[in-house]
Amino acid sequence: MKEFRQVGRSVTKTDAQGLALGRAKFTDDLLEGDELFCRILESPHAHAEILSFDASQAEALPGVVAVFHAGNVPRILYTSAGQGNPEPSPYDMVLFDNRVRFVGDRVALVVAETEDIAREACAKIQVEYKELPANFRAERARHPDTPKLHGDEAFMPIEELTYRPEENVASEVLLTIGDPDKAFEESDFVVEHTYSVHYASHAALEPHTAHARLDPQGRLVIHTSTQVPFHARRITAKVLDIPVGKIRVVKPRVGGGFGGKQEVLLEPLVGLATWRTKRPCRLTLSRKEVFTSARTRHPMRVRLKTGFLKDGTIKAMDMENLMTSGAYGPHAMTVLTVSAWKCLPLYNKVEHLRFTGHTVYTNTPVGGAYRGYGATQSHFATNQQLDIVARTCGVDLLELAKSLHIKEGETSPVFEALGEGKGGVTQILNSCKLSECIDRGAQAIGWYEKRDKKLREGDWVRGVGMAICMQGTGLPKIDLGSATMKMNEDGSFNLLVGATDIGTGSDTILAQIAAEVLGIDSEDIIVTSSDTDVTPFDVGAYASSTTYVSGGAVKRCAEAVRQQIAQAAGEILDVPQDELIFGECGEIRHPGKGKTVTFAQVAQYTLYGGTLRQIGATESFTGEVSPPPFTAQFADISVDCRTGRIKVHHLVTAIDCGQAINPTLAEGQVEGAVLNALGYALYEEYRFDEKGRVTNASFWDYKVPGPEDTPKITTILVDSYEKTGPYGAKSVSEVPMNGPGPAIANALFDAAGVRIFHLPLTPEKVLGALTKEKRGTPS
Amino acid sequence: MRGSFIVNGVVREWEFPEDMRLLDLLRREGYAEVKCGCREGMCGSCCVLLEEKIVNSCQILAATVMERDIRTVEALSEGEEPHPLITAFAEAGAVQCGFCTPGMVLAAYCLLKENPDPSEEEIKRALDGNYCRCTGYVKIIDAVQRGGRKMREKEVRE
Repeated sequence: MKEFRQVGRSVTKTDAQGLALGRAKFTDDLLEGDELFCRILESPHAHAEILSFDASQAEALPGVVAVFHAGNVPRILYTSAGQGNPEPSPYDMVLFDNRVRFVGDRVALVVAETEDIAREACAKIQVEYKELPANFRAERARHPDTPKLHGDEAFMPIEELTYRPEENVASEVLLTIGDPDKAFEESDFVVEHTYSVHYASHAALEPHTAHARLDPQGRLVIHTSTQVPFHARRITAKVLDIPVGKIRVVKPRVGGGFGGKQEVLLEPLVGLATWRTKRPCRLTLSRKEVFTSARTRHPMRVRLKTGFLKDGTIKAMDMENLMTSGAYGPHAMTVLTVSAWKCLPLYNKVEHLRFTGHTVYTNTPVGGAYRGYGATQSHFATNQQLDIVARTCGVDLLELAKSLHIKEGETSPVFEALGEGKGGVTQILNSCKLSECIDRGAQAIGWYEKRDKKLREGDWVRGVGMAICMQGTGLPKIDLGSATMKMNEDGSFNLLVGATDIGTGSDTILAQIAAEVLGIDSEDIIVTSSDTDVTPFDVGAYASSTTYVSGGAVKRCAEAVRQQIAQAAGEILDVPQDELIFGECGEIRHPGKGKTVTFAQVAQYTLYGGTLRQIGATESFTGEVSPPPFTAQFADISVDCRTGRIKVHHLVTAIDCGQAINPTLAEGQVEGAVLNALGYALYEEYRFDEKGRVTNASFWDYKVPGPEDTPKITTILVDSYEKTGPYGAKSVSEVPMNGPGPAIANALFDAAGVRIFHLPLTPEKVLGALTKEKRGTPS
Repeated sequence: MRGSFIVNGVVREWEFPEDMRLLDLLRREGYAEVKCGCREGMCGSCCVLLEEKIVNSCQILAATVMERDIRTVEALSEGEEPHPLITAFAEAGAVQCGFCTPGMVLAAYCLLKENPDPSEEEIKRALDGNYCRCTGYVKIIDAVQRGGRKMREKEVRE
């Protein structure tokens, strides 16, 4: 363990009290009351051509200010994915089109004096649709007879990436290492199963919302609940065809993101409305619209074939992933890629690998970034398959997992082969405490006391399951974070970061990193984040990047500031600066001469008294590698053999996230991800009718775990240190999303001897499997 | 229509449409601590105390609660010092995005008034009308227990 003063302390989140008091402002709390109301007219059809559009009755309604639609808004192709530039996602959407591709697709935007008038105006718009055949199934998407969603104009802005809209293929990723076919022949056992995971909503409690107004200079100022303020500015500028410099995007407090707000959905709409009407405009999605028209987790079918020897040694893996993009392709390539490169390197002893990935268009809601980002989908399959391998060979699962996972000093060819649009980077792991995670997690769950015991209590039978998972930490050589610091008269500092705190606590941990460098209390660091006019550039809160990438920038920035302070202190004390020691609480000492000077005196010297200059710096960081965090996750469950209901008693996560900058906040990230994953494993799912309409788009019908649904959750932060990260840190927030699903599925098998390959594990499916098992037919 | 409301102990006179929900009226009048998460009466972000009872303000027509005592999370704290429950939520790490927190704090306050030292199960039951998507509730439950302790200690001191 390294010795730290600020890092590793559970400092109270800087904004916690203000938030608890309800005084910290979210986007909608900053409305001024003079805004026009925007409302989106949505498509009632899954696939249709718009033959005619007539807004005259709506426009005639008193209080209607404007109606925007395909007829009066220029067609500019773009993607709503808030990613780097150019985005590795197809440009397949325009603000308003003459064709609609899913129920909930955007047809028009009404701008009116009140919400009621906007709603009434929407109802008065006459749209004549010609319904087109629709396809709701990924499996059918590539069939020659299946309707094509995107025509000639859609394109992939990064040319090297595969994009075949003529086959409904939004992305294709292929990889072969070694000779898998031969290795299967040489295996003692070959097991092949098809797994599937489904649509889900992020269900951040604050719905997507944004508002815009023109400032006195005529610039467009947008306040928005976003994870990606800088991408939101760039994409809005592109879609509205106005210079980036004319737009300011401000991120207030954000009420949860989980990937759902890594999407530029509302900013171009309120931007358009304000730019054209010259009046302030607001738009907040209803909960129903968040479900149907914002973004979702991409459903995926994972076909996994594993060849292994009698002792459990895995010789070959062949993974074939079919991902549902929905009607458009934001993150179509990257989520698919991550389903391989943030999963397969875990199994780096497997010499023969094949990955065949396709993302396909369907007339269903649009997938996007969602915590876990493809890795969740694949880990569900690999972990059940690992359990099957252990059981087939009669070997201890934990020992098997420990023997085969990637270790420190090792690499995987997958790292080099795959990346997000630019190819991958070679990396050798500096840190991997996964074996320790497995041991400590097993102890916490009571593994050997419960495994294979099928403990019974009435109709209930008990079992335990495990999953091992990895993720990444930022996108190497792509993600950029930057930070600016300046010193104030009293020795406090302003820290300006583009990093986007969406409730994660990044403002707090970035202050801790800066404070650690300077030897002061983190309370003396005043953080301002995510205002494109004020803070330096940062890609935003996604890809598990903030602590590592933005934290790396903050560390460099604070080091540069420290250097300047040392120089000034040397001048004041008339000693060589390299002989100075930075003590605690902003005191600088020269041990030889016994002289001290405080930060406040240095500030006085540089701002008023001595060599006049502002002490301050701007620094940037981008990762050369993406060190994976690891988890071993365990589930202790009972299943009711009479009803098929699963009751989860205990979920344990032992995690290697490097050095936790703030242990309490790191635990909080794990606990939130674990409960989100529990909901996804057991009941959260979209239901559709035969027309492609979501039938459960409300919190009444789409079950989100509440306090009473919460089992005992244990988090173990295993000691680890990643030397490329700021003070040893890696990422934490995504990786714990991946394991609870497969751990629960494995526990179900341990308890009841049935394996379910398709999430969620509803009582209906479990009971069906139990009934088949009783009859002796394979499930 | 026009009516008077007693919000956080202050009588306010407001003009408002007769079909306006209490949530919208309170937010219009600047009570930004009352959040709108679903407008379906499910998530609890819009919770206020109506005569000491926790209610979803999105499900209440403003016109039906005129002249009645309505309190938001702002009313818990007296003077400069935040209410012990607020401090407990902050210290426990129970506040992540914070969108659910004002409602959650009120639900916890209602419980602790009736039951100053609740068990984990009792806390889960009392907070079940309030969703949080960030925390997994682990630190929220801890915060309620800490808050209960702080409130009991404060009562002893006074």
